[in-house]
Amino acid sequence: MNLTLYVWRQKNANDKGKMEKYEAKDISTHMSFLEMLDVVNEDLTQQGIEPIAFDHDCREGICGMCSLVINGTPHGPEKATTVCQLHMRHFKDGDKIYIEPWRARAFPIVKDLVVDRSSFDKIMQAGGFISVNTGGTPDANALPISKKDSDTAMDGAACIGCGACVAACPNASAMLFVSAKVTQFANLPQGKIEAKERVQAMVAQMDSEGFGNCSNHLECEAVCPKEIKINFIGQLNREYIKSISSK
Amino acid sequence: MKLDAKIPSGPLAEKWDNHKFESKLINPANKRKFSAIVVGSGLAGGAATATMAELGYNVSCFCYQDSPRRAHSISAQGGINAAKNYQNDGDSVFRLFYDTIKGGDFRSREANTYRLAQVSNNIIDQCVAQGVPFAREYGGLLDNRSFGGALVSRTFYARGQTGQQLLLGAYSALNRQIGLGKVKMYNRMEMLDLVVVEGRARGIVVRDMITGKISSHAADAVILATGGYGNVFYLSTNAKGCNVTAIYRAYKKGALLANPCYTQIHPTCIPVSGDYQSKLTLMSESLRNDGRIWAPKKENDNRPAKQIPENERDYYLERKYPSFGNLAPRDISSRSAKEACDEGRGVGETKVGVYLDFTDAINRLGQHVITERYGNLFDMYERITGEDPYSVPMRIYPASHYTMGGTWVDYNLESTIPGLFVLGEANFSDHGANRLGASALMQGLADGYFVIPYTIGNFFGRSGNSSVREDHAEFKKAETEVAERTKKILNIGGKRTPDSFHRELGKIMWENCGMSRSKTGLEEALRIIPGIREEFWQNLNVLGGDQELNQSLENAGRVADFIEFAEIMCYDALMREESCGAHFREEYQTDEGEAKRNDKDFKYVSAWEFTGVGNKPNLHKEPLVFENVELATRSYK
Amino acid sequence: MNKVQVQPMSTFHPVIAYKTSIGKKILMACTGLLFIGFVTGHLIGNLQVFMGQDQINTYAHALQGLGVALWGIRIFLLCFFGFHIWFGIKLWWENKTSRPINYQVKTNIESTFSSRTMIYSAVLIFLFVVYHLLHFTFISTNPEYATLTDSLGRFDVYSMMILGFKNYLISGVYAIAVLFLAFHVSHGVFSLFQTLGLVTPRCQPWLQRLANLYGFLIFLGYVAIPAGVLFNIVKLPGGIH
Ligand SMILES: Cc1cc2nc3c(=O)[nH]c(=O)nc-3n(C[C@H](O)[C@H](O)[C@H](O)COP(=O)(O)OP(=O)(O)OC[C@H]3O[C@@H](n4cnc5c(N)ncnc54)[C@H](O)[C@@H]3O)c2cc1C
Ligand code: HEM
Ligand code: HEM
Ligand code: SF4
Ligand code: F3S
Ligand code: FES
Repeated sequence: MNLTLYVWRQKNANDKGKMEKYEAKDISTHMSFLEMLDVVNEDLTQQGIEPIAFDHDCREGICGMCSLVINGTPHGPEKATTVCQLHMRHFKDGDKIYIEPWRARAFPIVKDLVVDRSSFDKIMQAGGFISVNTGGTPDANALPISKKDSDTAMDGAACIGCGACVAACPNASAMLFVSAKVTQFANLPQGKIEAKERVQAMVAQMDSEGFGNCSNHLECEAVCPKEIKINFIGQLNREYIKSISSK
Repeated sequence: MKLDAKIPSGPLAEKWDNHKFESKLINPANKRKFSAIVVGSGLAGGAATATMAELGYNVSCFCYQDSPRRAHSISAQGGINAAKNYQNDGDSVFRLFYDTIKGGDFRSREANTYRLAQVSNNIIDQCVAQGVPFAREYGGLLDNRSFGGALVSRTFYARGQTGQQLLLGAYSALNRQIGLGKVKMYNRMEMLDLVVVEGRARGIVVRDMITGKISSHAADAVILATGGYGNVFYLSTNAKGCNVTAIYRAYKKGALLANPCYTQIHPTCIPVSGDYQSKLTLMSESLRNDGRIWAPKKENDNRPAKQIPENERDYYLERKYPSFGNLAPRDISSRSAKEACDEGRGVGETKVGVYLDFTDAINRLGQHVITERYGNLFDMYERITGEDPYSVPMRIYPASHYTMGGTWVDYNLESTIPGLFVLGEANFSDHGANRLGASALMQGLADGYFVIPYTIGNFFGRSGNSSVREDHAEFKKAETEVAERTKKILNIGGKRTPDSFHRELGKIMWENCGMSRSKTGLEEALRIIPGIREEFWQNLNVLGGDQELNQSLENAGRVADFIEFAEIMCYDALMREESCGAHFREEYQTDEGEAKRNDKDFKYVSAWEFTGVGNKPNLHKEPLVFENVELATRSYK
Repeated sequence: MNKVQVQPMSTFHPVIAYKTSIGKKILMACTGLLFIGFVTGHLIGNLQVFMGQDQINTYAHALQGLGVALWGIRIFLLCFFGFHIWFGIKLWWENKTSRPINYQVKTNIESTFSSRTMIYSAVLIFLFVVYHLLHFTFISTNPEYATLTDSLGRFDVYSMMILGFKNYLISGVYAIAVLFLAFHVSHGVFSLFQTLGLVTPRCQPWLQRLANLYGFLIFLGYVAIPAGVLFNIVKLPGGIH
């Protein structure tokens, strides 16, 4: 099939940037979206046009590197799917496809479709951990954890840090991302010990990175490739209230 | 050069403890006077960086992704082994050690492998303390499953995302140290050279992938944890960015490459669908616990799976290896799949694939159990192929997955260049000729959390600080070399993209140095590759500049190294005139087509020394001594 | 953003809550809840107009009778109204500036018209309340009401309403205002529970429906009054024209 792409091109952080129109010729339905872009890049190069820069690495939906807004939806039309796992069979011949980068003050654009997500790392550095050193830990089975709690923790831990939640949020808020980590630890006995300090530190860092606030628009959960749900934001809010209401 | 593995004296079980006792310790107050560079933020690099920082050393860590959390360890699905014997099914440190040695077809060091089995238990404790949500029983205790080629249930897992959870554990420990200012993290920085002065590793030269700035970093020790080189086949289960560059540059500076031809082909991947294919996706081996593998008995049988009656199906693994059946080790089940397809019994459009069938399991256990166990894998399969594995059997085919070979290191994980340590998949140490499932995560974390923190202290204690700083002539020289190479790549102005060369190389390697190898094939490859290398440097087309983010430039640099590296792989495979583990030489097989090992002539580690691009490297041998296990022929019948 | 220093958890001192994003939201939720209470109560009070002149005038008179207490309540309400407005605008501005360059194409999946227009509905509510106070409380827009008294000599709220809403324009203004109030609360009610962490996955869909229903009822209830007047369901007592 043949497609018309409108792609955001921006030389570097300071460049203004604009949408460019490209044709994607005889694309196979078995291709992944990124493979389609590879093909486009190959013949852009042949034409002497610089290939489109976009982030990607594992191409199996787990590293969280790929980050494209396709026709206004981060990671594209498929539910619970990253762009690298989105396949062209979900598009049809003649489609117009708009491809844009994540847009948020906290995710400045590096080039074309590549953005800088180090603000996420900063939030994690502020409190996304349990303070244990290597060694001297008790036997793994010394503290039993109910399957329910550890499953909930796992649901939160599944976050791949892609930032689609921020990209989709009308407020560019990072609440879903933060809530995923806070919830993971809040549901584990090991994590409860530092729960207060953690939620305080992570929220403070989130704010200072320039993300928006949560107005409960629910766009984030709709695009999250790992189906992190907004009840995690609910728990984040609960954890926060706990942390300020008790000494 | 004499290869000294520095294996500690004493009985196997006491070697590590003795060694730790004999190692020099650094006075806590002095630790901050020592600095280390860690290249890589995966399980090995991340764990090492965090742990060394906790001990008080100054550590800087580099990775090419935009965050340490994205290292390819993230994609490991199946699980991690440990000799906890929680299931009370007769596991023990010695059994884990024995299985690993045997799985590696007796081509790894006893001492290393035993240490790996020893620390495996600490790893699980550590991860749980970090909040890694391993799967649990209803009683609240940890769950285990049996995994590729093991008869005991010793594999710990977190849904189908074990690697992700372990890496996020290491990442959280790393983040804590970064937050405390003990670690300086450099994201989107690619190591392009190693600097060696007076026979000691002094630091690295890196390129900032955003600004293109080339800079030097000096330290008292350099640690490479840069993962595997599976992308030499172009198509593999590795991430697009996985590369051989770091260890290959070290090789050019004098570090030896050991067993490069030991590359693992994973039996359960989603088959190739077309030549635009950019990578292959692994379906966790754990699927083999409940799925049955089969191919039609008839040649090019075009009926859909459901219409092929039971008696016309060949469950070839169950047939050939009754006791292990579908759980036969990776190399064996990969080769069997290839045989089936070579006999024209492949399935799917391309005819390169076999069935992995869950019908029986679903009937036996009910669909909800299968969903509970493999839900996300089934979803992934459907997403990629558009077929529903609950109703039609999965199609699978082997793909390059893991590389046992790597930089030669001694018992301390130190290479032949003093001060250069190599951890994780990047080294060659513990898996011999074939890695068992769920043992690479174990090795990465063992190296990072529990081995290097001790052996690095010993090194610092004996060798003291490095006097060489970034302003040293050698650093300047390395910087200019890197810069010139970059310019050179940009100025060729030819016709072909880096990817097209990579594809071409990958095909050659897959056909001649892949699942099965032959003298003629390897010589053929060694004839072709230099041609690819020459064309690369004349006909490459890379647009854009060097002072900006330039992904095809990065790619070109990596492909260039793969091309040179591929030759060494072929030399190694050609030299090793035996079949062992994942290395299968067609000339050396039994009448039933089983691997025929030759312990008399090849019971050694091959370590290759650089002698100039295009020249045959020098072979050094590290003989393997087995005092605690006797060399059985690996039989899974 | 790289300039921002991270604050390691160990050395972390809790900041004053209202400065943080979640803190602000909690304030919005609490004050919002208060207004929900007021708007509901106010509606019930006003609907008494359908029960005749005596009934509602008695009610209004009783309210006036509270004297000091009434002023207490008014000041209390006013303060929280101030908070709600202040933080509402603050949040809105922060959210607006958190995405300097907008998407060329953006699809919305789960967010609603109400949720995306909170600030606009808010502004309309504000303007309305100002007008409304001048209209009925301070009676400065239509001084003629001031002289209205009923047979018992009480101030005749009943007739004031009817005279007010006989005017199509005024009725129109009220109708539009309460429409936007309905939008505001139909997201608001769900949102406040979520902000306070009271939403579970099971009750979420119901809560969302409930919130919409509430907004709908608020709208119906409030428009019923001008409508009632215009359709002559509530008529002026004899003597007043
Ligand atoms: C799909 C898949 C599934 C797997 N499943 C399992 C499993 O179930 N069980 C198991 O035990 N093992 C499994 N493995 C193997 C295991 O995941 C890896 O062997 C292991 O994670 C390697 O970890 P590492 O730290 O050595 O390297 P990696 O995790 O690959 O980390 C490499 C690091 O080095 C950095 N780097 C690389 N080159 C450079 C450079 N030139 N400059 C700067 N930085 C660089 C990267 O940024 C990255 O941070 C799997 C592997 C794959 C591919
Ligand atoms: C049809 C709709 C409405 C009618 C008939 C109505 C009627 C009245 C009347 C008669 C008063 C004066 C009471 C008195 O001073 O004795 C009043 C006061 C007030 N109304 Fe309304 N109202 C309506 C809608 C609203 C709405 C939608 C709001 C808020 C969003 C509102 C907010 C107020 C406030 C804040 C006061 C002042 C209360 C006080 O004096 O303490 N009203 N209203
Ligand atoms: C001039 C008046 C008002 C202004 C400026 C205002 C402003 C806002 C804004 C901007 C929000 C969204 C906050 C966010 O989520 O980012 C909001 C939320 C809300 N408002 Fe108002 N509002 C006003 C009046 C009212 C009234 C009269 C009510 C009740 C009847 C109300 C109830 C709520 C509720 C319940 C919320 C949800 C709080 C939350 O999200 O937790 N508001 N308001
Ligand atoms: S919460 Fe979901 S969308 Fe947000 S970063 Fe994590 S995985 Fe991505
Ligand atoms: S979309 Fe944004 S407003 Fe909250 S619920 Fe999700 S973060
Ligand atoms: S490239 Fe790794 S998640 Fe898409």
